[in-house]
Amino acid sequence: MNDIEIINFKKSYGDVNAVNGINLQVKKGELFGLIGPDGAGKTTLMRTICTLLLPDAGSIQVKGMDVTQNIPGIRALLGYMPQRFSLYQDLTVEQNLNFFADLFQVPQSNRESRLQQLFQFSKLEPFKKRAAGDLSGGMKQKLALSCALIHTPEILVLDEPTFGVDPVSRQEFWEILHSIRAEGTTILVSTAYMDEADLCDRVALFFSGQIKAVDTPLALRKNFKFPLYRLQGKNLRQLRDFFDQISGIHTTQTFGDSLHVSFSGKQSESQWQAWQKKTGGNLVSWQVQEPSIEDVFLDLIK
Amino acid sequence: MTKASRTIAIARKEFLHIIHDPRSLIIIFVMPLMQLILFGYALNMEIQNINLAVIDYSRTPQSSHLIEQFEGSEFFSVFHYNGKHSDIENIFLKREAKIILVIDQDFARNFQRQTKTSIQILVDAADPNAATIIKNYCYGIIANFNLEHGGQISQPFDVEPRIWYNPDMKSAYFFVPGLIALILVMISAMLTSLAITREKETGTLEQILVSPIKPIEIIIGKVFPYIIMAFLDGFLILMMGMILFKVPFAGSHFLLILLSTLYIITALSLGLMISATVETQQVAMMMAISATLLPTVMLSGFIFPIRSMPILLQYVSYIVPAKYFLIIARGILIKGNTFFQLGFQTLALTLMSIILLIRTLRKFSLNLEK
Repeated sequence: MNDIEIINFKKSYGDVNAVNGINLQVKKGELFGLIGPDGAGKTTLMRTICTLLLPDAGSIQVKGMDVTQNIPGIRALLGYMPQRFSLYQDLTVEQNLNFFADLFQVPQSNRESRLQQLFQFSKLEPFKKRAAGDLSGGMKQKLALSCALIHTPEILVLDEPTFGVDPVSRQEFWEILHSIRAEGTTILVSTAYMDEADLCDRVALFFSGQIKAVDTPLALRKNFKFPLYRLQGKNLRQLRDFFDQISGIHTTQTFGDSLHVSFSGKQSESQWQAWQKKTGGNLVSWQVQEPSIEDVFLDLIK
Repeated sequence: MTKASRTIAIARKEFLHIIHDPRSLIIIFVMPLMQLILFGYALNMEIQNINLAVIDYSRTPQSSHLIEQFEGSEFFSVFHYNGKHSDIENIFLKREAKIILVIDQDFARNFQRQTKTSIQILVDAADPNAATIIKNYCYGIIANFNLEHGGQISQPFDVEPRIWYNPDMKSAYFFVPGLIALILVMISAMLTSLAITREKETGTLEQILVSPIKPIEIIIGKVFPYIIMAFLDGFLILMMGMILFKVPFAGSHFLLILLSTLYIITALSLGLMISATVETQQVAMMMAISATLLPTVMLSGFIFPIRSMPILLQYVSYIVPAKYFLIIARGILIKGNTFFQLGFQTLALTLMSIILLIRTLRKFSLNLEK
């Protein structure tokens, strides 16, 4: 049985369709990523899974329990970390943890050992007397994660947990997620950072309230059928404009200091040299590029 | 663990918020004291050393004796006006006196003949409240004079004042219960509505809601600390009122505590109702002020008597909880009212609480759906 079973789920706010009929299964013990830009409907889906919103149509079941029927049952086994930092800034690390332990009725006998376990990965113990508002961004997220984990939930739902967090803390955060998954916890995590997709077991590419693809990151990248090249040039904007006009072009996308272009067929070396000439030397170098999830995503929403 | 543990967890957290935020402590404990002192000293409605101009056309021992009666009172400081009778309006215009006493030429003669004699009292009614109080003081002094002399000075109005319960018309008796009513409703309604909308704004409510908690547990946990705060405040104001302004405590302590609890519950229900309806602290603040501060000051009888209001506002005053609590607090403190004498007020507050709480529990949803 799947831990989360979503069938034809729809949700709209007034005239805006936030989620437009999706089907999705999250298996027990997997680290599942919802990947998509802001406004794709990720938060709406997660809030509905957490019984904070009601579906307009379709059904969502968590461990076989319907989100509209067995609300207390679902809440007891879920750990949820909302998008915004939602802890009490004026309370200390310890007070926040204890508050959520009380709220989820973690028995006093297990509490100390659970806190120790959480401190072990969060490394927040030296800061336990510090007000949550005074923590750094990365530490805040680790505290929020600890609070969501305090009652040892079977399913963890994390809404953009690494948003606005520095790269080092982001990496550390994902390492923590992997160790939680190793303990058997099912994790559903959303992110707008495409590079984080590769850290998930399986991902759903989410766009405009719809799921464009669901698979392992590796399979998604393998299925990218268009030859992809990474170009460098003197003026990337002009270079992109140039390739947008080429016949047989599939996608063009700027990635930092380079340009990714894909074609419907493989391009010969002589063709590249011709293009170099045509751009007046603006095209400096080209090489075959392994597709990233972002390339896959941009292709799918094209 | 039982459900109570979750309620206690919320209440404990709420106490921590109050302790961590010095501003809320100031609002809770310093503001009431400042108001007490302001109302007590600055907005003093008692009459003391009011300038009184005497125009004595009689100039007899009898008239002097009447003037002495006024001089002997601490309310008036008396001076003789020597100008023309036609200019007496200038006394008021120049604010030399608030009250003018004119003693007729015939005063002593009529007095001796045991026939009715008359004096004229002119009161500057630019401030009608003060004028009424001054007028009443005058009656008292004249009545005394009549008793001593067996004379009959007819009075400008056909009134026989018997001021009970507060014969010196001390305004502290009046405003201390009013202030308790005001502070209790403000602490209870405003702070609770802010406390809940703050959690909506910061998103912490979302985090609490995903736990297996029930609405009633959140509500009781959230309001409990404010009940304690409101009690401490009410006690503080009452103690200070009794020490600084000699406010009496004629009735039952237990009854006052009981009915104060009822009033606090009404005010909390109002605050909860507001917080269940609005989304931001700013709107909650504005709604709480318009639902508590203004009606309590203006429409409860705290400062302005309800009976002298336009009829429409008199009807509006029936939904102001402070109106009932003022009758309760003044009744118990000053008159020594018993429970049965306050039955109607108790019933009114109980009904209000029940209606507000039912509405709140219906509106307070356990999810984020609007």
